[in-house]
Amino acid sequence: MHTHSLPELAAGLREKKFSSRELTQHYLNRIAALDGDINAYVTVTPERALAQAAAADALIAAGKAGPLTGIPLGQKDIFCTKGVRTACGSKMLDSFVSPYDATIVEKLDAEGMVMLGKLNMDEFAMGSSNETSYYGPVKNPWDKTRVPGGSSGGSVACVAAGLAPIATATDTGGSIRQPAALTNLTGIKPTYGRVSRYGMIAFASSLDQAGVVARSAEDAAYVMQAMSGFDPKDSTSVDRPVDDLVSGLGHSIKGLTIGLPKEYFADGMAPGVRALVEQAIETLKGLGVRFKDISLPNSPLSVPTYYVVAPAEASSNLARFDGVRYGHRAEGAKSLGELYERSRGEGFGAEVQRRIMIGTYVLSHGYYDAYYLQAQKVRRLIYDDFKRAFADGIDLVLSPTATDVAFKFGDKSDDPVAMYLNDIYTIAANLAGIPAMSLPCGFVDGLPTGFQLMGNFFSEARMLNVAHQFQQATDFHKQWPTEFAS
Amino acid sequence: MSRIPEGWEAVIGLEVHCQLSTQSKIFSGAAIAYGAEPNTQACPIDLGMPGMLPVLNVDAVRKAVTFGLSVNAEIARRCVFARKHYFYPDLPKGYQISQYELPIVANGHLDIELEDGSTKRIGITRAHMEEDAGKSVHEGFQKSSGIDLNRAGTPLIEIVSEPDIRTAQEAVAYLKKLHQIVVYLGICDGNMQEGSFRCDANVSVRKIGAPKFGTRTETKNVNSFRYVEKAIEYEIERQIDVLEAGGKIIQETRLFNPDTGETRAMRTKEDANDYRYFPDPDLLPIVCTEDYIDAIRASLPELPEAKRARFVKDFGLSDYDAKTLTSSRELAAYYEAVVAASGAEPKLCANWVATDLLGALNKMSKGIEESPISAEAFAALLKRIADKTINGKIAKDVFEAMVAGEGSADEIIKAKGLVQVTDESAICAAIDDVIAKNPQQVADYRGGKDKLFGFFVGQAMKATQGKANPDALNRLLKERLAG
Repeated sequence: MHTHSLPELAAGLREKKFSSRELTQHYLNRIAALDGDINAYVTVTPERALAQAAAADALIAAGKAGPLTGIPLGQKDIFCTKGVRTACGSKMLDSFVSPYDATIVEKLDAEGMVMLGKLNMDEFAMGSSNETSYYGPVKNPWDKTRVPGGSSGGSVACVAAGLAPIATATDTGGSIRQPAALTNLTGIKPTYGRVSRYGMIAFASSLDQAGVVARSAEDAAYVMQAMSGFDPKDSTSVDRPVDDLVSGLGHSIKGLTIGLPKEYFADGMAPGVRALVEQAIETLKGLGVRFKDISLPNSPLSVPTYYVVAPAEASSNLARFDGVRYGHRAEGAKSLGELYERSRGEGFGAEVQRRIMIGTYVLSHGYYDAYYLQAQKVRRLIYDDFKRAFADGIDLVLSPTATDVAFKFGDKSDDPVAMYLNDIYTIAANLAGIPAMSLPCGFVDGLPTGFQLMGNFFSEARMLNVAHQFQQATDFHKQWPTEFAS
Repeated sequence: MSRIPEGWEAVIGLEVHCQLSTQSKIFSGAAIAYGAEPNTQACPIDLGMPGMLPVLNVDAVRKAVTFGLSVNAEIARRCVFARKHYFYPDLPKGYQISQYELPIVANGHLDIELEDGSTKRIGITRAHMEEDAGKSVHEGFQKSSGIDLNRAGTPLIEIVSEPDIRTAQEAVAYLKKLHQIVVYLGICDGNMQEGSFRCDANVSVRKIGAPKFGTRTETKNVNSFRYVEKAIEYEIERQIDVLEAGGKIIQETRLFNPDTGETRAMRTKEDANDYRYFPDPDLLPIVCTEDYIDAIRASLPELPEAKRARFVKDFGLSDYDAKTLTSSRELAAYYEAVVAASGAEPKLCANWVATDLLGALNKMSKGIEESPISAEAFAALLKRIADKTINGKIAKDVFEAMVAGEGSADEIIKAKGLVQVTDESAICAAIDDVIAKNPQQVADYRGGKDKLFGFFVGQAMKATQGKANPDALNRLLKERLAG
């Protein structure tokens, strides 16, 4: 059952080939048998899942099922789930049981989806390898000596290993797309403001956006459709109707123009990856897509800009974790200052502390103008690059997603800058607020890689359609890591 | 009132935190009730729980704009919320959502009246919106403190004056005026005890003619007009003493102790936080369109100054009476209702409302809105004076009976038989009786002792139990005494 696509699962449920309870139990069994090794889940919620499955079965029996009713999923542990621990990969929130649901949790529950559990992630989504999680690293199902990427490492590993048919994820600088590329999945980060951030634990508020990782663009379209939309509880969510993502999948992509930014194809990409991305371009040409060389001149500034803006916002967003009202509190502190210092010192891991310090520094009196304000100006320039390209007749932009295939544990964990350069291709989309996705395009020595599509604001439907057409013509996305196929 | 020593001058600027009287908090839907059980007026947003996001209460914006327009200020067409960071247990998010570079209100002013009757213009630098913090609770805890977050997220405007104020008395005049305006506008309940209107005073001193301001201190959270006056006076005196002794003023935050009337140092500038302000990425900029601002301007109530001028012009009141009667919106409304319903002379109404009614309310420690006599009932009393049913003296007795709850003016007049005697034959009989009983005084009066006239009025009035129409009595008495 775990190799089925979402529409196949929905059909199976509708035709009573299996019940949601059976499907859910199947996944719970797989998690029990296989996740010990992968560490994708930090919390499995079998009771909640089976109760949701029973409710879904009743809906199906009553003929009231929607396309997602009864289909299981995993939720990244960054989304607050009522009555279930929401730890965000951190010791700080190890004891935090949320009293409310995130809007997207509410929405997917309302669709009748079944939550199997909460997924591992880099601490507070800060990381590109899932090595910063308090709950230990997640292993890449394609090679368990390698990282799955991050921060949504649990999300991709669980879908890649067949421990959930689909999973939610979040992306602040590439946290959906880079891990998707490293695990042969399709991952989409929609336009900033398309999905509510209410109940999603903030890392960098102006960059964070929720999305999904899936086995195909089609599967992703179904869940994105349900997650998207205006939410009055999030002032930055956009009040605009959601396009029909699913029925948008059948369109021809003939005559579409895709831009190839020269800055993204300069040095730095592994030769094997480059060859596969170029091959993907050829495939798309075969489908009638026109390619045009373009320039996004400010894109080399993306990484430094991001590492000012994101830590600045993070240092502010994480100030609330002080040990006073919830979360980790140091034992036996003798003064208020000591309570803060020790609670935060003990509760946060090294990478989180590093970013809080960078962020605090760039916002400090006397440095604000030189760093934060300057970064905001450059951010504007990066956005203007894309705006110009889209105004110039470019429908989508194509680039590699990651510089290389998955690296080994420990390879980059001692070198923060090398780790930060993982996100070199993905960060600009977050800074500009535009939608972007990654989809599989082949293997280098048995390890998957992907390419990235970036689109204009609210062009999710077009992007998903191009990805779907590509996946109709290729079968990379259908490959499974041998150990988990059966 | 203490005097500033010769040759010195004080420079004072005030920061007033004014709580906006909205139904719910500035960034959440939680209710705001003063004195509720701790932490019952706080939702996950106010508690700074993970993943919670602020949503702006538009009523707070409306009230802030209302304030700005009433002090002739500029309303920002686009303004921004910023995060102000510091760690304190009563600040749940580790930052306060406030405004920094782009406040909603800027460059206003207020004219205050000085004791010599002249007016002085005090500039209002800015007024910005922000959320209040919670409070620490120490009572009932051992080796720990409690946090009550009911107040966290309550909408405030912080109103910052220019350093235009020179004396403690000017400071109080400014504060009272500001207080009157925000209460008039209905944007703040003005309750100083509950902290709805509180003041920080920035004070420095310098030699008159000195080109630069002296180093200032900030005295925090002074919650009554009298305390503001005392705190500023203390601070001026202290600073002059320090400087005259050859010392230096340290830029610091000070606390006022109402028991001793002194201020003491709380923290110096060196301890000051670096607030690391930056625009809040969870909130969009506020855009105020011309139409929006015009609509608020059109709905502004008449402010005390305009009302006072109108009362002088339309009702012929003295400036003093007009000021008294416009001191609150409720009192002014009461007075206008009395004038309209009684048909009596506006001046007569003013005397009765400002003197008799306010005097009685004062004795009962009640405000006009708690008056035992409604404007309509009070008007009914004045109507009986106007139509000469009773005279002014009797009316005082009727008024007292009304305050005592004995019924309406007409009921009391009827029950006590107080209707004025206008029958001239009855008045003449009483006068004749008085003349007959006091031959000596009559002779003296006729011999030129004019002052005795008052004696006869008194006697005759007494003979009619005070009910005689005073005009008729005077006239008839003069006729008879002339012989």
